[in-house]
Amino acid sequence: MTEALQPLLLTLKVSALATVLALVAGVACARALGRRRGLARDVAESLLTLPLVLPPTVLGYYLLVVLGRNGVIGGWLHANFGISLIFTWQGAVIAAAVAAFPLTLRAARAAFAEVDAQFEQAARTLGLTETAVFFRVSLPLAWRGVCAGALLAFARAMGEFGATLMVAGSLPGRTQTLSIAIYNAVMAGDDATAQTLVLISLVTAVVILILAARLLRRAPRGLQDAA
Amino acid sequence: MRIEVDIDRTLRARDRQFRLAASFVSTAGITVLFGPSGAGKTLTLRAIAGLLHCDHGRIVLNETTLFDSTHGIDLPARRRGIGFVFQDYALFPHLNVVQNVAFARAQGWFAPRRAMDADIGDLLEAFALSELAESYPAQLSGGQRQRVALARAIAAQPHLLLLDEPFAALDAPLRAHLRTELLAIRERFAIPMVVITHDPDDVAALGGTVVTIEKGRVLEA
Repeated sequence: MTEALQPLLLTLKVSALATVLALVAGVACARALGRRRGLARDVAESLLTLPLVLPPTVLGYYLLVVLGRNGVIGGWLHANFGISLIFTWQGAVIAAAVAAFPLTLRAARAAFAEVDAQFEQAARTLGLTETAVFFRVSLPLAWRGVCAGALLAFARAMGEFGATLMVAGSLPGRTQTLSIAIYNAVMAGDDATAQTLVLISLVTAVVILILAARLLRRAPRGLQDAA
Repeated sequence: MRIEVDIDRTLRARDRQFRLAASFVSTAGITVLFGPSGAGKTLTLRAIAGLLHCDHGRIVLNETTLFDSTHGIDLPARRRGIGFVFQDYALFPHLNVVQNVAFARAQGWFAPRRAMDADIGDLLEAFALSELAESYPAQLSGGQRQRVALARAIAAQPHLLLLDEPFAALDAPLRAHLRTELLAIRERFAIPMVVITHDPDDVAALGGTVVTIEKGRVLEA
């Protein structure tokens, strides 16, 4: 059971951290894009959506190029802090976060566009700065849509395989997530382990979906009656 | 109170354009902007509040220049000290009555845990909202929403209060009642107001200086 539990805990840890990263980046980018118009915005938006449409292996390749010892970020991290992200669980977090990012971005974009601009204007006439308007009006009103995006991001991070394998490898107990452990078990002909891991994956996914549905149904009190 | 407005703004949609070129000066406690819908009354009000940018012109409230295109002055809405009561009130749907009314009291990035204090309590009392303190906007009637919107604007202690069609969403008996209530609030808080209406009855009841706007222009009195 331990060999099944370890990949599960690692997957949950990696996916949760990746979701947080993707959520913060997605909301920040959605806000930055929402205030601009024209071609530059469309180009930026499609570039940021690329991780959604690229094959995960292509994503993994580019992450290796950037995060590797000779890469722009990887080289800088190694030279200044002696950190290497390749073949670490932190690397798996980055890979999953990049793969999940377009989902939080798109959900946040849609959610912010839904917020009636009049509420933001009302907050401005009441003296609030743009940052305060964002945290006290725009974000709370867009919260449900943003949460739905986070849920999709978490599911995407849980299922992440290709990019994670390329960046973090498959070190049992260290970077071997559920999906990679399943692949390894099947390749090694270990059907018993594979079946256990698949079952754990399935149950975890269902539990998370139920939790998320209950969470989303419990809207803030003021929004309940308006819906 | 003295407000001087002289604004020029051309709005373009795909196939039509509208030019707002309104100017008036008022020293009255209540200034009524009167005219048919689509005349540019709301745009004028939004320009005064700093929610609509003007191409040219000047807006001066008492001794403060809020906007002056020749000197490059354009104070953002948050620094104009002008309260705005929107036509459909724009109460924050995720906040209850106390949190809405106390909204301007805390200016930080995040709302304080406790919105209620003695001043807010007095304000709720003055607007007969004490019983509704914990209610959310979706649970309130039209008249109650309007009182919350007024209290929220006044809590910010503005130098001027702008009201966009404050009675349009209400039925006739309530409208008459709220006209008197609005005048009482004006007296009690000694706050000058600019009120938009398309209803001649409102003009008669509210008194004050009447500015008639049609097709983006102020008609000579």
